[in-house]
Amino acid sequence: MKIRHKVLIVDDEPPIRRLIQTALARADYATAEAADARAAMALLASETPDIVLLDLGLPDRDGLELVPLIKRQSDATLIVVSAREATDEKVAALDLGADDYLTKPFDTDELLARVRVALRNRVAREGGAAAIQVGDVTIDLLAHIVTRRGEEVHLTPKEFAVLAQLARFPGRVITHRQIMAQVWPHEAEHHVEYLRVLVRGLRQKLEDDPQRPVLITNELGIGYRLKG
Amino acid sequence: MNEPDRPAPEAFLRAAAQEGRGRLKVFLGAAPGVGKTYEMLTDGRQRREEGVDVVVGVVETHGRRETQALVAGHELIPRKEIAHQGHVLAEMDIDAILARRPQLVLVDELAHTNAPGSRHPKRYQDVEELLDAGIDVYSTVNIQHVESLNDVVASFTRVRVRETVPDSILEQAEIEVVDIPPDELIERLKAGKVYIPQEATRALTHFFSKSNLTALRELALRRAAQAVDAQMLEHVRAHALAGNFAAGERIVVAVSEQPHAAGLVRAGKRLADALKAPWTAVHIETQRDRGFSEAERAQLAETLALASRLGADTVSIPATHAVEGLRRFALEARATQIIVGKSARSWWFELRHGSIVDRLVRGAGQMAVHVLPAETAARPAARARLLSGHWGRPTDYLWAALMVAAMTVVGRLALAIIDLGNIALLYLVPVMFAAASFGLRAGLFAGLLSSLAYNFFFLPPTGTLTVSNPENVVSIIVLLGVAIVTSQFGARVRAQADLASSSARQNAALASFSRQLTAAASREALMQAICAEVARLLDVNTVLLLPSPDGPTLGAAYPPDDRMDQIEKAAAQWAMDNGQPAGRGSSTLTASDWLFHPLGTGRGVLGALGIAREDAGPALRSDQGSLLASLIDQASIAMDRMALEEENAKAQQISERDRLRSALLSSVSHDLRTPLTTILSAAQELQRAPSPDLAATVESEARRLNRFVANLLDMARVEAGALPMKPEATDLFDAVAGAVHDTRGSLEGHEVEVDIPPDIPLVRVDPVLLHHILINLLDNAGRYADPGTPIIVRCRSRPDALLLSVIDQGPGIPPGQEARVFETFTRLEGSDRARHGTGLGLAIVKGFAQAMGLGVEAGNEGEPPGACFTIRIPRALMIADGGAP
Repeated sequence: MKIRHKVLIVDDEPPIRRLIQTALARADYATAEAADARAAMALLASETPDIVLLDLGLPDRDGLELVPLIKRQSDATLIVVSAREATDEKVAALDLGADDYLTKPFDTDELLARVRVALRNRVAREGGAAAIQVGDVTIDLLAHIVTRRGEEVHLTPKEFAVLAQLARFPGRVITHRQIMAQVWPHEAEHHVEYLRVLVRGLRQKLEDDPQRPVLITNELGIGYRLKG
Repeated sequence: MNEPDRPAPEAFLRAAAQEGRGRLKVFLGAAPGVGKTYEMLTDGRQRREEGVDVVVGVVETHGRRETQALVAGHELIPRKEIAHQGHVLAEMDIDAILARRPQLVLVDELAHTNAPGSRHPKRYQDVEELLDAGIDVYSTVNIQHVESLNDVVASFTRVRVRETVPDSILEQAEIEVVDIPPDELIERLKAGKVYIPQEATRALTHFFSKSNLTALRELALRRAAQAVDAQMLEHVRAHALAGNFAAGERIVVAVSEQPHAAGLVRAGKRLADALKAPWTAVHIETQRDRGFSEAERAQLAETLALASRLGADTVSIPATHAVEGLRRFALEARATQIIVGKSARSWWFELRHGSIVDRLVRGAGQMAVHVLPAETAARPAARARLLSGHWGRPTDYLWAALMVAAMTVVGRLALAIIDLGNIALLYLVPVMFAAASFGLRAGLFAGLLSSLAYNFFFLPPTGTLTVSNPENVVSIIVLLGVAIVTSQFGARVRAQADLASSSARQNAALASFSRQLTAAASREALMQAICAEVARLLDVNTVLLLPSPDGPTLGAAYPPDDRMDQIEKAAAQWAMDNGQPAGRGSSTLTASDWLFHPLGTGRGVLGALGIAREDAGPALRSDQGSLLASLIDQASIAMDRMALEEENAKAQQISERDRLRSALLSSVSHDLRTPLTTILSAAQELQRAPSPDLAATVESEARRLNRFVANLLDMARVEAGALPMKPEATDLFDAVAGAVHDTRGSLEGHEVEVDIPPDIPLVRVDPVLLHHILINLLDNAGRYADPGTPIIVRCRSRPDALLLSVIDQGPGIPPGQEARVFETFTRLEGSDRARHGTGLGLAIVKGFAQAMGLGVEAGNEGEPPGACFTIRIPRALMIADGGAP
């Protein structure tokens, strides 16, 4: 029997809820809808959704406060969907535990892609995949080996550490801080420029056209995303 | 000159000044105990019964029951308690009265001196403020407290009261004499009905003699009659009735730094009142003034202030000779009467210089000269100054001695060719030189030394100090005489030069002040210049306060300092509210360390300039007063000019903003409605029949709408002027790739060629702002490029900057329009309408770029040519080495 994944839509605007619901139903997901924080927390307990789409501008509570609450109460993947485009807000949401971030207005295709990535990551996490295939690049997280079109690519330990961080959740944005905390655990102060230089090196070694990167893409002011 | 038949303008001015002001009624008594307070309260009660809103500001009942009963009927404003040196003194609460705003307030004891720390030192000043606020006042005063009669009363009662009320207060008041016969008053005194302070009992026993009381009573009645006289005169002037009054009299009182000058001023007031003539107190500044001690300066300032209080014009005139200066001033002022004090100089001084009075009388022409005796107040400072003042520097004497020595050597050498008598002439050279250059004492010193040297080295018997020939005694006397005469001439020439240079210095100071103020480009710079220049010219600390709804705020200070006590703020506020100086050395809020002068012109008060000295002396030396007044005038004009310029600029800004707003409104309504119309009609069509084409239209129009709204928000941020900046290390590859990705919709049909060297350094910019710049440039390129042509994004490294360019192949920018493209709502002629856009994009590019310190340029480039927009990232923003640790 096919398992229908369940998505909880939290948004106070009925047209947006209807739009998302329509798109998700077309892709054969089960949905539940909440218009405010209270209803969202109630449904989180009763419906046990796999994915939560959370709007930050809720009438009864700020969505940012809700992010850690939701993460603590359930293991659902949390994608923030908000019209707030300030990078501060995005970084804050991600650092508080949100798994991804989508800015309104969004393409429904983009939304569905993010949901698919989120679900695949959940499966991968449960299965514990040791090797990840992205385009023509394979990343073996256990053996620390990266191959491109079957040929081994030599990476520095730091380069590999960055790539490994991104590869743990392909398709999902990882903030600069999250990456740097793993790559330079002993540095009190993090310098984005070191990370940028490492990523440039990675692209030189892995991308077909380093001038137009597709494997590792930049999220403006937030972090990096490995192709999902 | 005859009195004209039409009303005198100053009478109108006075009437106008009275309008809106409260009226003052003074109950004038000859002595304590005549029943002034009782009379005032009775009158007050009567007014209350007539329906007037009456309150009691302050009344001393001295425990008398009839008075207390009368007070009980009135509303009392509680007194304010002021702590002073361990005592708590209760003073009239002027703020409470102003807040209560009665029609009439009863204020006992007009001459009362307030506790230190009160707003005004004197109660009559409180009353003035109440009157200014439009509140009527009833008050009481005894005749011996009237300023101009103070001397007269003291002369026969032998009791001098310190608390006086200026005549000008009484002149504007209605006066009611509270009169009882002296016998009756003495009866009341014996019956214990007159309150006398314990410590003054003995002094007052003499005071209350019948003859004294009779004289006082006469004075009171005469003063009241005089007031009626004056009021009638005012009436006649205002209504231009053909009156008969003395015309053309003008009195000049010469005042000096000596204490008895106050007596001259009071005499001047009495004479002026009697003649109903205008009068002027003049101080002639001579060389002598430079030697004044602080106490003398203060005395002089006090005397002039007294004259001003008594209604005189006051002036200080610089002159070489006191007599000549006074004579010239009196002639210019067309004075008919001059009052001077009898010289307090020694007979010796007068013998040498001639009495001032004599010379004045001789030069006075038609003028009557009144010479009043000086009260024999001690002059402790004078003698000390004579001894300490003009000794000069030790080096002066050294020079004199050296010259004498040199002349002795010359004399010895010349002895072979000239005879002994002429050698003495040689010594005239050092003596004259020392006297002319260094003054009398150095001259005498040189003379004495010369005679000794002459005696010792030349006069037989040489080598001793004895004179054998009486002829030679003459030589010595001549040498000393020459020293005295030459030094007198020299001193006079120096004095004149000093005076001339001091006035030249003052003029130069004013000129440089005005130059500095003109040079100031902003209000802050102007205020700072005012503070710094005034501080430099007067050698004081300065502060400039600006009026604001929450009290005075600091505008500038020199030296920079932002400490301002409550009392300072109150003084500044008072100065700004009343247009008069307040604080240290003025007559209001004297507890303040600072003296505040209001700055402003006819258009209103613009601020207050505060002046203070580090030491505890008065804020200003008396000879700096006129310079300060000129500086304040100039500062006021400069502040006013700056305020006008700012208003103009603001008005221009507002009209420019209005123009932008209307352009924005028309653009917004067009650019919002077009896509909305398309979306609406397409959605309606889609409900009837599904159509992928229409759905695509809806999508692209919605995207366009989204871009437009984003641009509007960005523009609002640029115009608000506060772009939140979060610069971070940014890779231009990422920046370009992100922008190309986000504009793929509007760049359809164009290939984007990215040409960036792989070793390009990272740059420190706000990635979001840079992203918006790039998508706007790409959008713009997509809109204007010919279909099917590529768009090039190119980065080049220059020694001083990175140049990031977006180049299209299209019509390009019309020549000469390169700078205009960045203006808001500019769509260039011949290049638009068909290619819809808001005209906001490039303005956003420029606004964001400038916020980050980047440059933007527009031009034409390429083969075939097209528009080229270049972002210039200066070297300072590059990150040279991004190497990881």
